[in-house]
Amino acid sequence: MTYITKPQFHHPSLKENALGFTRRDYEGKVSTLCAGCGHDSISAAIVQACFEIDLEPHRLAKLSGIGCSSKTPDYFLGASHGFNTVHGRMPSVLTGANLANRELIYLGVSGDGDSASIGLGQFAHVMRRGVNMTYIVENNGVYGLTKGQFSATADKGSKSKKGVVNSDSGIDMVALALQLGASFVGRSFSGDKDQLVPLIKAALTHKGAAFIDVLSPCIAFNNHAGSTKSFDWVREHNEAVNRLDVMLGRAPVTADYAPGELVEVAQHDGSILMLRKVATDYDATDRVKAMAYLQERNAVGEIVTGLLYVDPEADDLHDALNTVAKPLNRLSDAELTPGSAALVKVNARLR
Amino acid sequence: MTRPLAAINDFVVKFANVNGSGSASANGLFVKSILRMGVPVAARNIFPSNIQGLPTWYEIRVSGQGWMGRRGGVDLMVAMNPQTWDRDLGEIEAGGYLFYDSTKPMPPEKFRADITVVGVPLTRICNAAYAEPSKRKVLKNIIYLGALTFLLGIERDVVEALLAEEYASKPALIPANIEALSLGFNWASENLKPLGLQLKRADAVGDRIFVDGNTAAGLGAVYGGATVCAWYPITPSTSLAEGFIDYCKKLRHDPETGEARYAIVQAEDEIASIGIVVGAGWNGARAFTCTSGPGVSLMQEFIGLSYFAEIPAVIFDVQRGGPSTGMPTRTQQSDILSAAYASHGDTKHVLLLPEGPGECFEFGAQAFDLADRLQTMIFVMLDLDMGMNEWLVDPFTWDDSKSLDRGKVMTAEMLDAGADFGRYKDVDGDGIPFRTLPATHPSKGAYFTRGTSRDPYARYSEEGAVYVDNMERLLRKFDTARSLVPAPVVKPAKKKTSYGVIYYGSTSPAMDEALAALEAKGLHLDAMRVRAFPFPGEVFDFIAHHELVFVVEQNRDAQLRTLLINEGGVDPARLVKVLNYDGSPITARFIGGELARGMGAADMANTGEMAK
Repeated sequence: MTYITKPQFHHPSLKENALGFTRRDYEGKVSTLCAGCGHDSISAAIVQACFEIDLEPHRLAKLSGIGCSSKTPDYFLGASHGFNTVHGRMPSVLTGANLANRELIYLGVSGDGDSASIGLGQFAHVMRRGVNMTYIVENNGVYGLTKGQFSATADKGSKSKKGVVNSDSGIDMVALALQLGASFVGRSFSGDKDQLVPLIKAALTHKGAAFIDVLSPCIAFNNHAGSTKSFDWVREHNEAVNRLDVMLGRAPVTADYAPGELVEVAQHDGSILMLRKVATDYDATDRVKAMAYLQERNAVGEIVTGLLYVDPEADDLHDALNTVAKPLNRLSDAELTPGSAALVKVNARLR
Repeated sequence: MTRPLAAINDFVVKFANVNGSGSASANGLFVKSILRMGVPVAARNIFPSNIQGLPTWYEIRVSGQGWMGRRGGVDLMVAMNPQTWDRDLGEIEAGGYLFYDSTKPMPPEKFRADITVVGVPLTRICNAAYAEPSKRKVLKNIIYLGALTFLLGIERDVVEALLAEEYASKPALIPANIEALSLGFNWASENLKPLGLQLKRADAVGDRIFVDGNTAAGLGAVYGGATVCAWYPITPSTSLAEGFIDYCKKLRHDPETGEARYAIVQAEDEIASIGIVVGAGWNGARAFTCTSGPGVSLMQEFIGLSYFAEIPAVIFDVQRGGPSTGMPTRTQQSDILSAAYASHGDTKHVLLLPEGPGECFEFGAQAFDLADRLQTMIFVMLDLDMGMNEWLVDPFTWDDSKSLDRGKVMTAEMLDAGADFGRYKDVDGDGIPFRTLPATHPSKGAYFTRGTSRDPYARYSEEGAVYVDNMERLLRKFDTARSLVPAPVVKPAKKKTSYGVIYYGSTSPAMDEALAALEAKGLHLDAMRVRAFPFPGEVFDFIAHHELVFVVEQNRDAQLRTLLINEGGVDPARLVKVLNYDGSPITARFIGGELARGMGAADMANTGEMAK
């Protein structure tokens, strides 16, 4: 948490997006996280992604739980309403916010302690309900604010800074999200901005429950030899299955890609996900095969990253509830209160 | 031999059944028949936390005078459950009546000499008429209804009309039921005489409605503009969510598109339920959950967040017997303290205390105005007695000229006009700040909501003075609430008295009868029904103006009394506890006996035992 506001002035040649905003307009307050923290790179990627998709900053609501990662919504999108809720319960609060106004974009930011330990239940249920949101877990396998205890995503056999070996199995959030019905699932690494920014852009434009697991090494408590969430370990074991580019119905963003097969996936909002395959046998639109592939690779120690699954035709919770198009928080008294005439009929049925 | 009781339109009937035996429908018909004869009835279901096989009772107070509480005692026991025979027999008043299935002979020591025993061979009649076990099981209930129709002087055509209405959707069942009714009626008329307890057509029901408080509160939430409901099933609150669902389906769909103007989520637990409510409230929708004591325990952390981050929300707490799982299907008023001071740190919450289904509807709607106005958690404290039993109450009313009070919400126009927006700034001296909703304005009015300390402009701060300022403002806000919540209702005694009595919630109907009985004996008390916490000033004025004030509650620890002492600095010696907490709704006889004893009139205090 910080109260330090960044100065607003910026270099006059800074690029503007279609709305006339610069990247600076998507920033928040100065981060108080440790220098070199992976989480700050993710915040920067969120800023970049929102800038690139021409998002009106106030049309996004950012919510988080408790922990280092959950502090970060203060460090991006200063013009957006934010809500730092209670530990492990961001999913329910986000669900309620989404029900109240279906027109906004909802970004949930959480950590591995917040989502995989105390909040595992809410994580599961928000995914299976198909709440229209982007849910980012900044995953470092450790409790940072309380100084270095293992979290539930720490791999079995991984060693803590104090030398303790973790004997519990690690929870794979990606595997869970796939099984629970998330309609967009990705994994990335805070140190790979080229991969992460398009994933966030695609998730924000996706309709349905979009989940991104971002490995984000804790520079202070989990970046040593023997950790499976350190910068070095993740770099060495990172295996991307594809490279993603997001087109918003305008000129495609040109990027530097390795050659490979190109797959185009059109989303509800007209955006097109252009996937260049890196693993030639990987199909990101097949949930069952994706789950099998991830299990196989996990067993040999690979950290599979990229857009792992997408259902571009997904429904969301509002579809299931058949709610009106007008946000519930804007319904008028007349639309809400049936009035005395209807009450006369109600009374008559109770005699 | 004690003289058999004789009364017209004023007696208590209790049905002792086995749950899952299909008795509920026959018992319901019995009650509705009496209502259709224009005679007021109060009915209370006493049931186990079980679906089939355990004892269940249905207690019916017939009162031409309109007393709607439990009186205490039983004048006619319909003993259909051998498991509870001894206990049921013991409850009958001297001179009362026992109705039982006399198919199997019973030893004489199984009866009492001071009551009238009415045996009807129900099983024999039933088995002679029906071969199929399923018919035997269900129609036996209608046969006893037929016998009671004769014995109590219920108008037979009224019962038949109700049977026809009951099975309107399955007309094939109507003749079979009417035949079963005749079997019972005819056997009784040929072999028995009418009882001394008789029903006579009257005109004392008027246009009143027969409804349970949970349904009424669910309807209140519809009228109060609630759009988001998140809930987790728990007895005795489940039917509140179901009431909301039913009325939303009837009253809240867009007439053109058929789409829902509401969103209901059955959540994975109570924590998620209140989380969804808080999220919706933060984003400007009126939202609620309904639960009971164990649910409120689980919601503590979010309740504190609602208080401290100032987010409108409503919890309907339908109280049951605690602590822990306690008595899930029995009634108590034992969540008062845990709701009033819910969550860690210094917190206080607004409680509304409805007396029955009428106020469940009224407060159920008003809670949402209060939540938006005060930007905080509002508890509506029902209990199982009013929540799950149908009570005879005045019809619901609604003032169409009234608009919903959305509270202090700062708009884009206000921001553009240069309003100085400080989310936690007390601009009006009432402790209530303005809030903005997400997406109000492209560049103004955004803020970061958090459960941590912050300054009036919502900027994080751990400075002691900043924290204290905020906490003091929250107290000012709570003071403001005092003038917004429903005021207490006073019933002055006919004669000047130094005695007062304070009560609340479902104690109300039994208190009405007790006060009348005491007055008839020359015992006068001024009575105040408290309807909300924080207590308006007149509550403490009332206490100050009486030497001794009884506080009547349905919990062990005198929780409202504790609140009165704690919040008003009242001398505990002046507040006398009167407590009924065995899980059965409080009775007029219990209250009358305890108050008379407390006023030194021992002759009235002959029924001190709880809830008989």
